[in-house]
Amino acid sequence: MKLELREITKRFGSLVANDHIDLVVQPGEIRALLGENGAGKTTLMNVLYGLIQPDEGEILIDNEPVHIRSPKDAIRAGIGMVHQHFMLVPVFTVAENVTLGVERTRGFGGLLDRKRTRSDVLELSEQFGLQVNPDALVGELPVGIQQRVEIIKALLRDANTLVLDEPTAVLTPGETEDLFRIMRSLREGGRSIVFISHKLKEVQAIADNITIIRRGQVVGERPPSTTGAELAALMVGRAVQLRVSKEPAKPAGVRLTVHNLTVADERGEPAVRGVSFEVRGGEILGIAGVQGNGQTELCEALLGLRPSSGTVSLDGNDLSAATTRDRLRAGIGYVPEDRQEDGLVGAFSVADNMVLDVYDRPPYASGIALNLDQIKTAATELVSEYDVRTSSVQTPVGTLSGGNQQKVIVARELSRDNKMLLASQPTRGLDVGSIEFVHKQIVAQRDRGVAVVIVSSELDEIYALSDRIAVMYEGRIVGFREPDISEADLGLLMAGSSAEAESRSVQDALPPDQALELPGAVEGDDAE
Amino acid sequence: MIIEAVTQGSSTVMTILSIFLALVVGGILILFTDPIVTKAWSSFFSDPGNALAQSWDSVSFAYSQMFEGAILNPSTVSAAFHGGSIAAIFYPLSATCAQATPLILTGLSVAIAFRAGLFNIGAAGQWVGGAIVATWLGFGVSLPIVIHVIVCVIGGFVGGAAIGWFVGLLKAKTGAHEVIVTIMLNYVMYDLLSYLLSHPAMLQQPHQTNQIAPFIANDANLPHVGGPAPQAGVGFLIAVAAAAACAWLLSRSTTGFQFRTVGASPSAARSAGINVEKSWIWVMLLAGGLAGLSAATVVQGTNTQLTFNSYGTYGPDGITVALLGRAKPWGTVLAGLLFGALHVGGTYVAGATLNQVPDDIVQVLEGLIVLFVAAPALIRAVFRLRATSGTGMEAAAKGWNG
Repeated sequence: MKLELREITKRFGSLVANDHIDLVVQPGEIRALLGENGAGKTTLMNVLYGLIQPDEGEILIDNEPVHIRSPKDAIRAGIGMVHQHFMLVPVFTVAENVTLGVERTRGFGGLLDRKRTRSDVLELSEQFGLQVNPDALVGELPVGIQQRVEIIKALLRDANTLVLDEPTAVLTPGETEDLFRIMRSLREGGRSIVFISHKLKEVQAIADNITIIRRGQVVGERPPSTTGAELAALMVGRAVQLRVSKEPAKPAGVRLTVHNLTVADERGEPAVRGVSFEVRGGEILGIAGVQGNGQTELCEALLGLRPSSGTVSLDGNDLSAATTRDRLRAGIGYVPEDRQEDGLVGAFSVADNMVLDVYDRPPYASGIALNLDQIKTAATELVSEYDVRTSSVQTPVGTLSGGNQQKVIVARELSRDNKMLLASQPTRGLDVGSIEFVHKQIVAQRDRGVAVVIVSSELDEIYALSDRIAVMYEGRIVGFREPDISEADLGLLMAGSSAEAESRSVQDALPPDQALELPGAVEGDDAE
Repeated sequence: MIIEAVTQGSSTVMTILSIFLALVVGGILILFTDPIVTKAWSSFFSDPGNALAQSWDSVSFAYSQMFEGAILNPSTVSAAFHGGSIAAIFYPLSATCAQATPLILTGLSVAIAFRAGLFNIGAAGQWVGGAIVATWLGFGVSLPIVIHVIVCVIGGFVGGAAIGWFVGLLKAKTGAHEVIVTIMLNYVMYDLLSYLLSHPAMLQQPHQTNQIAPFIANDANLPHVGGPAPQAGVGFLIAVAAAAACAWLLSRSTTGFQFRTVGASPSAARSAGINVEKSWIWVMLLAGGLAGLSAATVVQGTNTQLTFNSYGTYGPDGITVALLGRAKPWGTVLAGLLFGALHVGGTYVAGATLNQVPDDIVQVLEGLIVLFVAAPALIRAVFRLRATSGTGMEAAAKGWNG
């Protein structure tokens, strides 16, 4: 099926979200749609899926104009959509979920034909290498598999063109690899795919053709062999440094000492198992690892948000028994992993969020009275210093874009006199322009003598920032490396060990609970 | 600016439209109660003008009586010009304020808890706690004049605060949901009150078989400003002062910032170093104290003898008032005044029409107002307003805890 969008224009008031956009997707093609947050990618796809009616332009399928007024029309036309947020019923099985709305029935009275549904799911799963168990409860599946359920849902409705809206935003690097494998087999099966992303590497790795949009307009079409720098420049509209330039670190004395830290997760299972490390002032320690190997728990324990055993001390002061408030006051700056949940209060103004963890200290408070003028002045200064794009400091922070929300957190946490900075996934979901900015700010902290700890599952970020890399696997630090370690070797370490990495493909075929029971990595068994 | 606010349906405008719509629906109900109107409508086709005129007369009479009873009676104004009492002009307004006083205070109790993310169903139980302490201090203790009043009011606050504190403590230490705990504590407090009022050694008036407490001492009564009870007194000033204190606390103090952060996002509050559990305990203590103050204004002000029925519907009405006031202190004051006016006006209109328009109409009006406020989409549809995101209605419509 050939899909063509011609001269699509959509205006919201004075804002032109899509400005005469042309896009052709050939049968069996993976077409990437690359653009910053707010460039108009999602609007365009909502037009295609019938959720929004365009002001101008038309959609053609196999050179015939079609009218798509609702998602129903889109499905009938053979277009399937996998949203960023899944539309699944967690207490239903995979088979029940995919058949919802197109139930297979048999006999009189429309009895559900469970057998046929199961076999349909199995057949699709096998054909495209999806490896999904039709009887599993969706709520118990990892995010990556849930996404595949959404893909099966679309395929079961005979989708010839699949639209994947930022599909990798919720995935771990391993899951992303699996998704790419599935996308390739879908392409081989003659399906075409529109892949929406703002991540350069992914687009280069999987797309056959890349359409770049900026501010609602198509600014170019490039083959995947195009350099990252060129794509980034097209996307942002100016040359962007993909890796911040930084001077070699000039580490001073040890500031942060973590000794034998052990942390339990929600179920009481050990998530961090006896981790010890030191960070010197003026040094960035990057903690690399696949998501879910104890990094979240480690960060929360360092902040005192989660009970732990072992010791944490900063500049010689033992903080092991201190509350979160005391730790923040002792000079820890904290950029949490989940900015909307833990870092910001969406309903509060930018100004209030700028003082979220210093509101009760001078100059923002005298006694129990808030100093509203001072808060406003300080927020106004920070907004201009950190280039937060907001109409005013009184705007609710929840209405800002993801990049600007992160800038609010970064501004708040870095404007203090920190001894240590702990930043977890500091650029997740941000576009290249914002990543560049946040990275520069973090390096500036280091150069001021702060001990910096970065936790990231993105290798690019680890390499861009780290002066030293620690790799976490199953709750342990399995090795410290210099940043000149090759990506392949680092990847192997993150997977536990070389032997472990080779058995990964075997593990993938197994249900996750069995895979967990395979023998874990041996400490120090590294791959150099 | 104003036009935009109206067409997009800002929260104030939506509230006013809700009240208006409730009055319209209430008017239709009044029509059905009037035999002259129903008779005129039965001959609608022969004389449609008469049916409409009678309808208008009936509804406008009922509402104008309500206005005269609750706000201003023009005849008192003209009487004042001919040598009558000037103070009499303010009697209706004063009665409204007196009725509003306890509602404002229980409303503030619900509102402040709501801002910290807690749904305080327990204002009734906390009210009883405050009433017990204030009453006991009122008749059982002899203190100098002025000091006695103050001690009783503080006692009312403490009595309510103790119950609220216990709720907060249970939630903080055990994770018990405050809705369950407060509902159950209401029953505990009702029965405790019943027990205390049944034993002369406790709170019962000697030589009584009814569940009734002794009158509190005269020097413990809150002075009336606008004339004898049920006119407004110092109690109303306490309510307004409490609202001012809440407004300051919520928007201009670190404690309020803490409460609001906990209410808007407990996880962000934790990451910012705020002790969420401690905030729950403190805000429930304050909420309970406000409900206790409400009790103090009643037992020391409008009816100075505590009975088993004294708690009335102050607790549930507080929820309604806080909802209508959108959990904002001054909004709660306005909502409390509106409900006070409806209560006073309802009684007045029932008297003026010889109970042909029963004062139950007021409860229907209150119910309709809250219904419309909670269903903003309905108001938008009726008045053809454009939908906006985030008018602040969603929280009210959604209830508690997301």
